[in-house]
Amino acid sequence: MDILDNNTILYIAAFGLMLIGISGIVISNHLMRIIFGIALLEAGANLLLLLSTYHEGASAPIIVADNIPTMMADPVPQALVLTAIVIGVGILALALSLAIRVQRAYGTLDMREVRLKLEQEISDEAGIDMPSSSEKPDDIAKVPLNSVVQQESGS
Amino acid sequence: MEAVVLVVVIVMLLSAVAVLLFKDFLAALAAMSVVSLGLSFLFVVVRAPDVAMTEAAIGAGLSSLLFALALRRLGLWRGQ
Repeated sequence: MDILDNNTILYIAAFGLMLIGISGIVISNHLMRIIFGIALLEAGANLLLLLSTYHEGASAPIIVADNIPTMMADPVPQALVLTAIVIGVGILALALSLAIRVQRAYGTLDMREVRLKLEQEISDEAGIDMPSSSEKPDDIAKVPLNSVVQQESGS
Repeated sequence: MEAVVLVVVIVMLLSAVAVLLFKDFLAALAAMSVVSLGLSFLFVVVRAPDVAMTEAAIGAGLSSLLFALALRRLGLWRGQ
């Protein structure tokens, strides 16, 4: 318990939340999970901001009449975090409404399918063929591997 | 006090991982609420009771409500 004092545990929590949030945004394919990742990242950032001015043994920044504490936590980052929480809800509402619009437009929330349909739409609009993808095609099993190898060795 | 904080942090991080792993989006939403409530406890520990109050009301209450309404609109209310 000596190494894990209160501050260390709290910093681990803040950075852990941010790490999980970022990995959720990067790894997941479903739009809903990406929004969950944004919310987690926001929570971690808020905690980190508050921890930056917290000292062990400080009291809450509330002054009661003729009882002024000698050591207070800084109220400025607390006011900032208070604003950030409310703005976070606004960001969340915007993201969710965009997700609803995406599902209405494309019928799915899977980002891979949405990206494919978006590319299709753009190339249809421009009147050109869709650019070939660098990802593995779905029907790779249908192409007989032998014939490809034979053609290459024959030519 | 340290032991309590440690337990809350562990529960919070585990449910944060669970948010990204649950197949059912309603369960993920519940785990998200657990993260928010744990966070509001940690805000009390770092001597910010006003922020903790706001986080419990807005982070755990209002944003969960928003998520639930959006999930119902998207048809993800009952798993996949």
